[in-house]
Amino acid sequence: MNIDKKLYTLKYSPDTQSHLKPDKEQCRLCESRNCTFICPAKVYEWSEEKQELIVNYENCLECGACRIACERKAIDWEYPKGTKGVTFKQG
Amino acid sequence: MLKQENKTEVIVVGAGAAGIACAITLARAGKQVVLIERGLFAGSKNVFGGAIYTAAVKEIFPEFEANAPLERRNIEHNYAILGEAESTTITYRKNDNSSYSVIRAKFDRWMAEEARKAGVYIVEETVVRELIKEKNRIIGVKTELEDYYADIVVLADGVNSLLAKQIGLRKEIDTKDVALSVKEVIKLDKETINQRFNIKDDEGSIVEIFGGPMLGMLGLGFMYTNTDSVTIGLGITLNELVEANYRPFEILEKLKSHSSIAPLIEGGELKEYSAHLIPEGGYKKIPKLVDNGVMVVGDAAMLVNNLHWEGTNLAMISGKLAAETAIEAIDNNDFSKKMLAGYEKRLKNSFVLKDMKTYKGLFEVAHQRKKALFSYYLKKVNAFFEMFTSSDGVPKKEHYHKFIKSIFTDRKISELFKDAWAILRLLWSILL
Repeated sequence: MNIDKKLYTLKYSPDTQSHLKPDKEQCRLCESRNCTFICPAKVYEWSEEKQELIVNYENCLECGACRIACERKAIDWEYPKGTKGVTFKQG
Repeated sequence: MLKQENKTEVIVVGAGAAGIACAITLARAGKQVVLIERGLFAGSKNVFGGAIYTAAVKEIFPEFEANAPLERRNIEHNYAILGEAESTTITYRKNDNSSYSVIRAKFDRWMAEEARKAGVYIVEETVVRELIKEKNRIIGVKTELEDYYADIVVLADGVNSLLAKQIGLRKEIDTKDVALSVKEVIKLDKETINQRFNIKDDEGSIVEIFGGPMLGMLGLGFMYTNTDSVTIGLGITLNELVEANYRPFEILEKLKSHSSIAPLIEGGELKEYSAHLIPEGGYKKIPKLVDNGVMVVGDAAMLVNNLHWEGTNLAMISGKLAAETAIEAIDNNDFSKKMLAGYEKRLKNSFVLKDMKTYKGLFEVAHQRKKALFSYYLKKVNAFFEMFTSSDGVPKKEHYHKFIKSIFTDRKISELFKDAWAILRLLWSILL
Protein backbone atom coordinates (compact mmCIF):
# COMPACT_ATOMS: atom_id res chain seq x y z
CA MET A 1 0.00 0.00 0.00
CA ASN A 2 1.43 3.38 -0.92
CA ILE A 3 1.67 6.31 1.43
CA ASP A 4 -1.11 8.34 -0.18
CA LYS A 5 -3.62 5.58 0.58
CA LYS A 6 -2.38 5.42 4.16
CA LEU A 7 -2.74 9.17 4.62
CA TYR A 8 -6.19 9.03 3.11
CA THR A 9 -7.37 7.29 6.32
CA LEU A 10 -6.63 10.40 8.37
CA LYS A 11 -8.77 13.36 9.27
CA TYR A 12 -7.03 16.65 8.53
CA SER A 13 -7.99 20.24 8.98
CA PRO A 14 -5.25 22.01 7.03
CA ASP A 15 -4.26 25.57 7.70
CA THR A 16 -3.68 28.00 4.86
CA GLN A 17 -0.12 28.59 6.02
CA SER A 18 2.58 26.03 6.70
CA HIS A 19 3.60 25.34 10.30
CA LEU A 20 6.84 23.85 8.90
CA LYS A 21 9.30 26.43 7.67
CA PRO A 22 12.59 25.06 6.40
CA ASP A 23 15.35 27.56 5.69
CA LYS A 24 15.36 27.26 1.90
CA GLU A 25 18.94 28.44 1.55
CA GLN A 26 20.13 25.75 3.98
CA CYS A 27 18.07 23.15 2.09
CA ARG A 28 19.90 23.99 -1.14
CA LEU A 29 23.24 23.43 0.58
CA CYS A 30 22.09 20.32 2.45
CA GLU A 31 23.60 17.06 1.25
CA SER A 32 21.59 14.44 3.11
CA ARG A 33 18.07 15.94 2.92
CA ASN A 34 17.06 13.47 5.61
CA CYS A 35 13.59 14.99 5.76
CA THR A 36 12.76 13.71 2.26
CA PHE A 37 12.86 10.08 3.42
CA ILE A 38 12.56 10.18 7.20
CA CYS A 39 9.11 11.77 7.24
CA PRO A 40 6.38 9.18 7.83
CA ALA A 41 3.94 11.27 5.77
CA LYS A 42 6.33 12.14 2.92
CA VAL A 43 5.80 15.81 3.56
CA TYR A 44 9.12 16.88 2.02
CA GLU A 45 10.11 16.50 -1.61
CA TRP A 46 13.12 17.93 -3.35
CA SER A 47 12.33 19.57 -6.65
CA GLU A 48 15.33 19.32 -8.96
CA GLU A 49 13.65 21.66 -11.38
CA LYS A 50 13.04 24.44 -8.91
CA GLN A 51 16.04 23.52 -6.74
CA GLU A 52 13.73 23.91 -3.81
CA LEU A 53 12.23 21.86 -1.01
CA ILE A 54 8.50 21.33 -1.49
CA VAL A 55 6.63 21.10 1.81
CA ASN A 56 3.30 19.27 1.75
CA TYR A 57 2.55 20.45 5.27
CA GLU A 58 -1.13 19.46 4.92
CA ASN A 59 -0.07 15.80 5.33
CA CYS A 60 2.01 16.34 8.48
CA LEU A 61 1.41 13.89 11.35
CA GLU A 62 3.08 16.32 13.79
CA CYS A 63 5.57 13.73 15.03
CA GLY A 64 8.62 16.01 15.05
CA ALA A 65 11.03 13.57 13.38
CA CYS A 66 12.10 16.04 10.64
CA ARG A 67 13.03 18.69 13.17
CA ILE A 68 15.37 16.33 15.00
CA ALA A 69 16.70 14.53 11.91
CA CYS A 70 17.53 17.70 9.96
CA GLU A 71 21.33 17.76 9.78
CA ARG A 72 21.36 21.55 9.66
CA LYS A 73 18.67 22.06 12.26
CA ALA A 74 17.13 24.29 9.65
CA ILE A 75 13.44 23.51 10.05
CA ASP A 76 11.49 26.10 11.97
CA TRP A 77 8.97 23.64 13.39
CA GLU A 78 5.93 24.44 15.43
CA TYR A 79 2.61 22.80 16.11
CA PRO A 80 -0.27 23.82 13.84
CA LYS A 81 -2.87 26.15 15.32
CA GLY A 82 -5.20 24.60 17.86
CA THR A 83 -8.01 24.08 15.39
CA LYS A 84 -5.75 22.77 12.61
CA GLY A 85 -3.68 19.75 11.68
CA VAL A 86 -4.26 16.04 12.04
CA THR A 87 -6.85 14.38 14.28
CA PHE A 88 -6.29 10.75 15.20
CA LYS A 89 -9.47 8.80 15.74
CA GLN A 90 -7.62 5.67 16.83
CA GLY A 91 -4.13 6.56 18.07
CA MET B 1 2.73 40.88 41.38
CA LEU B 2 0.68 38.37 39.40
CA LYS B 3 -2.12 39.51 37.19
CA GLN B 4 -5.42 38.43 38.67
CA GLU B 5 -7.43 37.88 35.49
CA ASN B 6 -6.87 34.47 33.89
CA LYS B 7 -5.02 33.36 37.00
CA THR B 8 -5.32 29.87 38.41
CA GLU B 9 -3.34 27.73 40.82
CA VAL B 10 -1.96 25.21 38.33
CA ILE B 11 -1.82 25.06 34.53
CA VAL B 12 -1.13 21.66 32.98
CA VAL B 13 0.00 21.75 29.34
CA GLY B 14 -1.09 18.65 27.41
CA ALA B 15 -4.00 16.26 27.99
CA GLY B 16 -2.24 12.95 27.60
CA ALA B 17 -1.80 10.27 30.23
CA ALA B 18 0.59 12.37 32.35
CA GLY B 19 -1.28 15.65 32.07
CA ILE B 20 -4.69 14.23 32.89
CA ALA B 21 -3.36 12.21 35.84
CA CYS B 22 -1.77 15.38 37.19
CA ALA B 23 -4.81 17.60 36.65
CA ILE B 24 -7.35 15.22 38.18
CA THR B 25 -5.19 14.61 41.26
CA LEU B 26 -5.07 18.38 41.82
CA ALA B 27 -8.79 18.89 41.26
CA ARG B 28 -9.66 16.10 43.68
CA ALA B 29 -7.60 17.91 46.32
CA GLY B 30 -9.71 21.00 45.70
CA LYS B 31 -7.08 22.95 43.75
CA GLN B 32 -7.86 25.14 40.75
CA VAL B 33 -6.42 23.57 37.64
CA VAL B 34 -6.59 24.42 33.95
CA LEU B 35 -5.63 21.70 31.47
CA ILE B 36 -4.69 23.01 28.04
CA GLU B 37 -4.84 20.65 25.06
CA ARG B 38 -3.82 21.56 21.50
CA GLY B 39 -6.03 18.95 19.79
CA LEU B 40 -9.77 18.99 19.09
CA PHE B 41 -10.19 16.77 22.14
CA ALA B 42 -7.94 14.92 24.59
CA GLY B 43 -6.34 12.01 22.73
CA SER B 44 -6.77 13.47 19.25
CA LYS B 45 -3.03 14.06 18.87
CA ASN B 46 -1.91 11.06 20.89
CA VAL B 47 -0.50 7.83 19.51
CA PHE B 48 1.00 4.86 21.33
CA GLY B 49 1.64 1.17 20.77
CA GLY B 50 -1.30 -0.23 22.48
CA ALA B 51 -1.32 -1.07 26.18
CA ILE B 52 -2.19 0.68 29.41
CA TYR B 53 -1.09 -0.86 32.69
CA THR B 54 -3.72 -1.70 35.29
CA ALA B 55 -1.71 -0.96 38.43
CA ALA B 56 -0.83 2.59 37.35
CA VAL B 57 -4.27 3.43 35.95
CA LYS B 58 -5.90 2.18 39.17
CA GLU B 59 -3.87 4.69 41.17
CA ILE B 60 -5.70 7.45 39.32
CA PHE B 61 -8.97 5.71 38.36
CA PRO B 62 -9.62 2.89 40.88
CA GLU B 63 -12.84 1.82 39.08
CA PHE B 64 -11.59 2.13 35.51
CA GLU B 65 -12.03 -1.55 34.65
CA ALA B 66 -15.78 -1.13 35.07
CA ASN B 67 -16.10 2.28 33.40
CA ALA B 68 -13.36 3.05 30.87
CA PRO B 69 -13.53 2.24 27.15
CA LEU B 70 -11.16 -0.73 27.10
CA GLU B 71 -10.52 -2.96 24.11
CA ARG B 72 -9.02 -6.25 25.28
CA ARG B 73 -7.41 -7.69 28.40
CA ASN B 74 -3.94 -8.92 27.45
CA ILE B 75 -3.47 -12.54 28.44
CA GLU B 76 -0.70 -13.42 26.04
CA HIS B 77 2.74 -12.02 25.29
CA ASN B 78 4.51 -13.32 22.21
CA TYR B 79 8.15 -12.65 21.48
CA ALA B 80 8.68 -13.36 17.78
CA ILE B 81 12.10 -13.46 16.12
CA LEU B 82 11.68 -13.11 12.37
CA GLY B 83 14.16 -14.37 9.80
CA GLU B 84 13.83 -14.00 6.03
CA ALA B 85 10.99 -16.49 5.68
CA GLU B 86 10.93 -18.12 9.08
CA SER B 87 10.33 -17.23 12.70
CA THR B 88 10.75 -18.45 16.26
CA THR B 89 8.19 -17.35 18.84
CA ILE B 90 8.12 -17.65 22.59
CA THR B 91 4.67 -17.30 24.13
CA TYR B 92 3.81 -16.52 27.71
CA ARG B 93 0.14 -16.95 28.49
CA LYS B 94 -1.74 -16.34 31.71
CA ASN B 95 -5.32 -15.38 32.44
CA ASP B 96 -4.37 -11.96 33.69
CA ASN B 97 -5.55 -8.37 33.82
CA SER B 98 -2.26 -6.52 34.25
CA SER B 99 -2.67 -4.62 30.99
CA TYR B 100 -5.37 -3.69 28.45
CA SER B 101 -5.29 -2.59 24.85
CA VAL B 102 -7.07 0.73 24.32
CA ILE B 103 -7.77 3.22 21.53
CA ARG B 104 -6.21 6.45 22.75
CA ALA B 105 -8.76 8.70 21.07
CA LYS B 106 -11.45 6.99 23.15
CA PHE B 107 -9.51 6.26 26.34
CA ASP B 108 -7.88 9.69 26.73
CA ARG B 109 -11.20 11.33 26.03
CA TRP B 110 -12.77 9.25 28.78
CA MET B 111 -9.99 10.18 31.21
CA ALA B 112 -10.40 13.85 30.32
CA GLU B 113 -14.16 13.60 30.91
CA GLU B 114 -13.48 12.13 34.35
CA ALA B 115 -11.10 15.02 35.01
CA ARG B 116 -13.75 17.51 33.93
CA LYS B 117 -16.24 15.89 36.32
CA ALA B 118 -13.66 16.21 39.11
CA GLY B 119 -13.44 19.95 38.47
CA VAL B 120 -10.59 20.35 35.98
CA TYR B 121 -11.16 23.24 33.59
CA ILE B 122 -10.18 21.90 30.16
CA VAL B 123 -9.27 24.26 27.33
CA GLU B 124 -9.13 22.43 23.99
CA GLU B 125 -7.92 23.45 20.53
CA THR B 126 -5.34 25.73 22.11
CA VAL B 127 -1.59 25.61 21.59
CA VAL B 128 0.73 26.93 24.27
CA ARG B 129 3.43 28.75 22.31
CA GLU B 130 5.58 30.07 25.12
CA LEU B 131 6.02 30.13 28.85
CA ILE B 132 5.86 33.44 30.63
CA LYS B 133 8.80 34.13 32.89
CA GLU B 134 9.08 36.81 35.51
CA LYS B 135 11.99 37.30 37.90
CA ASN B 136 13.47 33.87 37.15
CA ARG B 137 10.18 32.11 37.70
CA ILE B 138 7.59 30.64 35.33
CA ILE B 139 4.31 32.42 36.00
CA GLY B 140 2.11 31.42 33.08
CA VAL B 141 1.68 30.47 29.44
CA LYS B 142 1.15 32.31 26.18
CA THR B 143 -1.38 30.72 23.83
CA GLU B 144 -2.45 31.93 20.40
CA LEU B 145 -5.41 33.76 21.87
CA GLU B 146 -4.62 34.82 25.39
CA ASP B 147 -2.22 34.52 28.26
CA TYR B 148 -2.98 32.42 31.30
CA TYR B 149 -1.27 32.79 34.64
CA ALA B 150 -0.66 30.24 37.40
CA ASP B 151 1.39 29.56 40.50
CA ILE B 152 2.73 26.41 38.86
CA VAL B 153 2.92 25.24 35.24
CA VAL B 154 3.25 21.50 34.62
CA LEU B 155 4.71 20.56 31.23
CA ALA B 156 3.00 17.42 29.94
CA ASP B 157 3.48 18.49 26.34
CA GLY B 158 4.91 15.23 25.07
CA VAL B 159 8.09 13.90 23.56
CA ASN B 160 8.94 17.04 21.58
CA SER B 161 8.42 19.29 24.62
CA LEU B 162 9.36 22.51 22.90
CA LEU B 163 8.48 24.28 26.14
CA ALA B 164 11.02 22.43 28.30
CA LYS B 165 13.65 23.24 25.70
CA GLN B 166 12.60 26.86 25.52
CA ILE B 167 13.26 27.44 29.22
CA GLY B 168 16.53 25.51 29.19
CA LEU B 169 15.41 22.44 31.12
CA ARG B 170 16.80 20.34 28.32
CA LYS B 171 18.93 20.47 25.21
CA GLU B 172 17.95 19.61 21.68
CA ILE B 173 17.02 15.92 21.35
CA ASP B 174 19.59 13.74 19.63
CA THR B 175 18.53 11.35 16.84
CA LYS B 176 19.92 8.52 19.02
CA ASP B 177 17.47 9.33 21.81
CA VAL B 178 14.15 8.94 20.02
CA ALA B 179 12.58 6.18 17.99
CA LEU B 180 10.25 6.98 15.12
CA SER B 181 7.21 4.78 15.27
CA VAL B 182 4.67 4.19 12.51
CA LYS B 183 1.62 2.06 12.99
CA GLU B 184 -1.60 0.95 11.39
CA VAL B 185 -4.90 0.01 12.94
CA ILE B 186 -6.43 -2.67 10.75
CA LYS B 187 -10.10 -3.53 10.94
CA LEU B 188 -10.94 -7.21 11.29
CA ASP B 189 -14.03 -8.77 12.78
CA LYS B 190 -13.91 -9.99 16.34
CA GLU B 191 -14.30 -13.67 15.53
CA THR B 192 -11.47 -13.59 13.00
CA ILE B 193 -9.17 -11.93 15.54
CA ASN B 194 -10.10 -14.49 18.19
CA GLN B 195 -9.35 -17.38 15.85
CA ARG B 196 -6.08 -16.01 14.51
CA PHE B 197 -4.71 -15.07 17.91
CA ASN B 198 -6.09 -18.07 19.77
CA ILE B 199 -8.12 -15.96 22.19
CA LYS B 200 -11.77 -15.59 23.15
CA ASP B 201 -14.23 -12.98 24.45
CA ASP B 202 -12.35 -9.93 25.73
CA GLU B 203 -8.95 -11.64 25.78
CA GLY B 204 -6.08 -9.95 23.99
CA SER B 205 -2.65 -10.80 22.68
CA ILE B 206 0.55 -8.81 22.28
CA VAL B 207 3.29 -9.64 19.78
CA GLU B 208 6.73 -8.11 20.17
CA ILE B 209 8.70 -8.52 16.98
CA PHE B 210 12.47 -8.75 16.55
CA GLY B 211 14.36 -8.94 13.26
CA GLY B 212 12.56 -9.26 9.95
CA PRO B 213 12.79 -5.97 8.05
CA MET B 214 14.36 -4.35 11.14
CA LEU B 215 17.21 -6.88 11.18
CA GLY B 216 20.45 -5.19 12.21
CA MET B 217 18.70 -1.97 13.22
CA LEU B 218 17.88 -0.76 16.70
CA GLY B 219 14.20 -1.27 16.22
CA LEU B 220 11.30 -3.54 17.10
CA GLY B 221 7.86 -4.30 15.79
CA PHE B 222 4.65 -4.70 17.74
CA MET B 223 1.12 -6.00 17.41
CA TYR B 224 -1.84 -5.51 19.73
CA THR B 225 -5.36 -6.83 19.43
CA ASN B 226 -8.28 -4.44 19.88
CA THR B 227 -11.93 -5.49 20.02
CA ASP B 228 -12.46 -5.39 16.28
CA SER B 229 -9.12 -4.28 14.94
CA VAL B 230 -5.47 -5.22 15.12
CA THR B 231 -2.63 -2.75 15.60
CA ILE B 232 0.67 -3.37 13.84
CA GLY B 233 3.62 -1.04 13.97
CA LEU B 234 7.29 -0.61 14.55
CA GLY B 235 9.68 1.78 16.17
CA ILE B 236 13.20 2.37 14.94
CA THR B 237 15.78 4.67 16.48
CA LEU B 238 15.86 7.83 14.39
CA ASN B 239 19.61 7.80 13.79
CA GLU B 240 19.32 4.32 12.25
CA LEU B 241 16.70 5.48 9.76
CA VAL B 242 18.77 8.54 8.93
CA GLU B 243 21.89 6.46 8.32
CA ALA B 244 20.11 3.82 6.29
CA ASN B 245 17.99 6.27 4.22
CA TYR B 246 14.88 4.20 4.91
CA ARG B 247 11.32 5.34 4.69
CA PRO B 248 9.59 4.13 7.86
CA PHE B 249 6.32 3.18 6.15
CA GLU B 250 8.18 1.02 3.62
CA ILE B 251 9.71 -1.02 6.44
CA LEU B 252 6.23 -1.39 7.91
CA GLU B 253 4.96 -2.67 4.56
CA LYS B 254 7.74 -5.28 4.57
CA LEU B 255 6.84 -6.32 8.09
CA LYS B 256 3.18 -6.67 7.15
CA SER B 257 4.07 -8.92 4.25
CA HIS B 258 6.34 -11.24 6.25
CA SER B 259 5.20 -14.85 5.95
CA SER B 260 4.68 -15.13 9.73
CA ILE B 261 2.77 -11.84 10.05
CA ALA B 262 0.71 -11.54 6.86
CA PRO B 263 -1.78 -14.33 7.74
CA LEU B 264 -2.66 -12.49 10.97
CA ILE B 265 -3.86 -9.35 9.18
CA GLU B 266 -4.95 -10.84 5.86
CA GLY B 267 -8.20 -9.42 4.49
CA GLY B 268 -8.18 -6.56 7.00
CA GLU B 269 -9.01 -3.00 6.07
CA LEU B 270 -6.80 -0.08 7.09
CA LYS B 271 -8.68 2.10 9.55
CA GLU B 272 -5.93 4.54 10.40
CA TYR B 273 -2.24 5.12 9.79
CA SER B 274 -0.27 7.15 12.33
CA ALA B 275 3.20 8.09 13.48
CA HIS B 276 4.79 9.33 16.67
CA LEU B 277 8.18 9.70 18.33
CA ILE B 278 9.07 7.56 21.35
CA PRO B 279 11.52 9.00 23.90
CA GLU B 280 14.25 6.39 24.25
CA GLY B 281 17.15 8.24 25.75
CA GLY B 282 16.75 6.53 29.11
CA TYR B 283 17.86 7.61 32.56
CA LYS B 284 20.90 9.61 31.43
CA LYS B 285 18.82 11.78 29.11
CA ILE B 286 16.10 12.73 31.57
CA PRO B 287 15.93 16.55 31.49
CA LYS B 288 15.95 18.82 34.52
CA LEU B 289 12.57 18.05 36.03
CA VAL B 290 11.87 21.22 37.98
CA ASP B 291 12.61 24.91 38.11
CA ASN B 292 10.94 27.84 39.84
CA GLY B 293 7.22 27.46 39.15
CA VAL B 294 7.52 24.56 36.71
CA MET B 295 7.66 20.74 36.58
CA VAL B 296 8.06 18.30 33.67
CA VAL B 297 6.17 14.98 33.46
CA GLY B 298 5.61 11.98 31.15
CA ASP B 299 7.16 11.77 27.68
CA ALA B 300 8.33 15.38 28.01
CA ALA B 301 10.55 14.09 30.84
CA MET B 302 11.72 11.08 28.73
CA LEU B 303 10.06 8.70 31.16
CA VAL B 304 9.87 5.55 29.03
CA ASN B 305 11.08 2.10 29.98
CA ASN B 306 11.95 0.82 26.54
CA LEU B 307 12.85 -2.75 27.51
CA HIS B 308 9.45 -3.41 29.09
CA TRP B 309 7.49 -1.25 26.64
CA GLU B 310 6.18 0.89 29.47
CA GLY B 311 5.34 4.55 29.02
CA THR B 312 1.75 5.42 29.86
CA ASN B 313 2.18 4.03 33.37
CA LEU B 314 5.34 6.05 34.04
CA ALA B 315 3.54 9.07 32.61
CA MET B 316 0.52 8.70 34.88
CA ILE B 317 2.54 8.15 38.03
CA SER B 318 4.83 11.07 37.24
CA GLY B 319 1.75 13.26 36.73
CA LYS B 320 0.32 12.13 40.04
CA LEU B 321 3.56 12.78 41.91
CA ALA B 322 3.90 16.23 40.35
CA ALA B 323 0.34 16.96 41.51
CA GLU B 324 1.12 15.85 45.07
CA THR B 325 4.11 18.17 45.06
CA ALA B 326 2.02 21.02 43.67
CA ILE B 327 -0.57 20.51 46.42
CA GLU B 328 2.15 20.78 49.06
CA ALA B 329 3.55 23.88 47.34
CA ILE B 330 0.15 25.58 47.19
CA ASP B 331 -0.53 24.80 50.85
CA ASN B 332 2.82 26.34 51.77
CA ASN B 333 2.53 29.17 49.24
CA ASP B 334 6.03 28.32 48.04
CA PHE B 335 6.60 27.66 44.33
CA SER B 336 10.37 27.72 44.34
CA LYS B 337 12.58 25.17 42.66
CA LYS B 338 13.54 23.97 46.11
CA MET B 339 9.95 23.22 47.05
CA LEU B 340 9.16 21.62 43.68
CA ALA B 341 12.25 19.41 44.00
CA GLY B 342 9.90 17.33 46.12
CA TYR B 343 8.57 15.99 42.82
CA GLU B 344 11.99 14.70 41.86
CA LYS B 345 12.37 13.14 45.27
CA ARG B 346 8.98 11.42 45.00
CA LEU B 347 9.90 10.11 41.55
CA LYS B 348 13.18 8.77 42.88
CA ASN B 349 11.38 6.88 45.61
CA SER B 350 8.87 5.41 43.17
CA PHE B 351 9.33 2.63 40.63
CA VAL B 352 9.48 5.27 37.90
CA LEU B 353 13.02 6.54 38.44
CA LYS B 354 14.13 3.31 40.10
CA ASP B 355 13.32 1.40 36.91
CA MET B 356 14.81 4.09 34.69
CA LYS B 357 17.99 3.86 36.78
CA THR B 358 18.05 0.07 36.66
CA TYR B 359 18.34 0.23 32.88
CA LYS B 360 20.60 3.26 32.69
CA GLY B 361 23.27 1.28 30.82
CA LEU B 362 20.91 -0.61 28.53
CA PHE B 363 20.67 1.71 25.57
CA GLU B 364 24.38 2.32 25.37
CA VAL B 365 24.97 -1.42 25.19
CA ALA B 366 22.17 -1.81 22.65
CA HIS B 367 23.77 0.87 20.45
CA GLN B 368 27.28 -0.53 20.84
CA ARG B 369 26.37 -4.20 20.34
CA LYS B 370 23.64 -3.49 17.79
CA LYS B 371 24.87 -5.87 15.11
CA ALA B 372 25.16 -8.66 17.64
CA LEU B 373 21.88 -8.18 19.49
CA PHE B 374 19.67 -7.18 16.58
CA SER B 375 21.13 -9.37 13.87
CA TYR B 376 23.68 -12.07 14.64
CA TYR B 377 22.01 -13.72 17.65
CA LEU B 378 18.54 -13.37 16.21
CA LYS B 379 19.70 -15.21 13.08
CA LYS B 380 21.31 -17.87 15.24
CA VAL B 381 18.06 -18.55 17.09
CA ASN B 382 16.25 -19.29 13.85
CA ALA B 383 19.25 -21.23 12.52
CA PHE B 384 19.20 -23.39 15.62
CA PHE B 385 15.56 -24.33 15.19
CA GLU B 386 16.04 -24.87 11.47
CA MET B 387 18.80 -27.33 12.34
CA PHE B 388 16.89 -28.92 15.20
CA THR B 389 13.70 -29.51 13.22
CA SER B 390 15.34 -30.71 10.03
CA SER B 391 15.13 -34.34 9.09
CA ASP B 392 17.33 -34.63 6.08
CA GLY B 393 19.26 -37.87 6.56
CA VAL B 394 22.34 -36.04 7.86
CA PRO B 395 23.37 -37.47 11.25
CA LYS B 396 22.35 -35.16 14.11
CA LYS B 397 25.89 -35.04 15.47
CA GLU B 398 27.08 -33.52 12.21
CA HIS B 399 24.32 -30.92 12.39
CA TYR B 400 25.29 -29.97 15.92
CA HIS B 401 28.97 -29.72 15.08
CA LYS B 402 28.25 -27.59 12.05
CA PHE B 403 25.98 -25.28 14.04
CA ILE B 404 28.48 -24.86 16.87
CA LYS B 405 31.26 -24.25 14.39
CA SER B 406 29.15 -21.57 12.67
CA ILE B 407 28.85 -19.63 15.92
CA PHE B 408 32.60 -19.10 15.88
CA THR B 409 33.10 -18.64 12.14
CA ASP B 410 30.20 -16.22 11.51
CA ARG B 411 31.44 -13.78 14.14
CA LYS B 412 34.96 -13.07 15.34
CA ILE B 413 35.79 -14.80 18.61
CA SER B 414 36.99 -11.49 20.01
CA GLU B 415 33.56 -10.00 19.23
CA LEU B 416 31.81 -12.93 20.90
CA PHE B 417 33.84 -12.26 24.03
CA LYS B 418 32.98 -8.57 23.85
CA ASP B 419 29.28 -9.46 23.50
CA ALA B 420 29.44 -11.75 26.52
CA TRP B 421 31.30 -9.14 28.53
CA ALA B 422 28.84 -6.40 27.59
CA ILE B 423 25.88 -8.61 28.53
CA LEU B 424 27.47 -9.62 31.82
CA ARG B 425 28.23 -6.02 32.71
CA LEU B 426 24.71 -5.03 31.78
CA LEU B 427 23.20 -7.78 33.91
CA TRP B 428 25.48 -6.76 36.74
CA SER B 429 24.30 -3.15 36.52
CA ILE B 430 20.65 -4.22 36.35
CA LEU B 431 20.70 -6.67 39.23
CA LEU B 432 22.99 -4.92 41.70
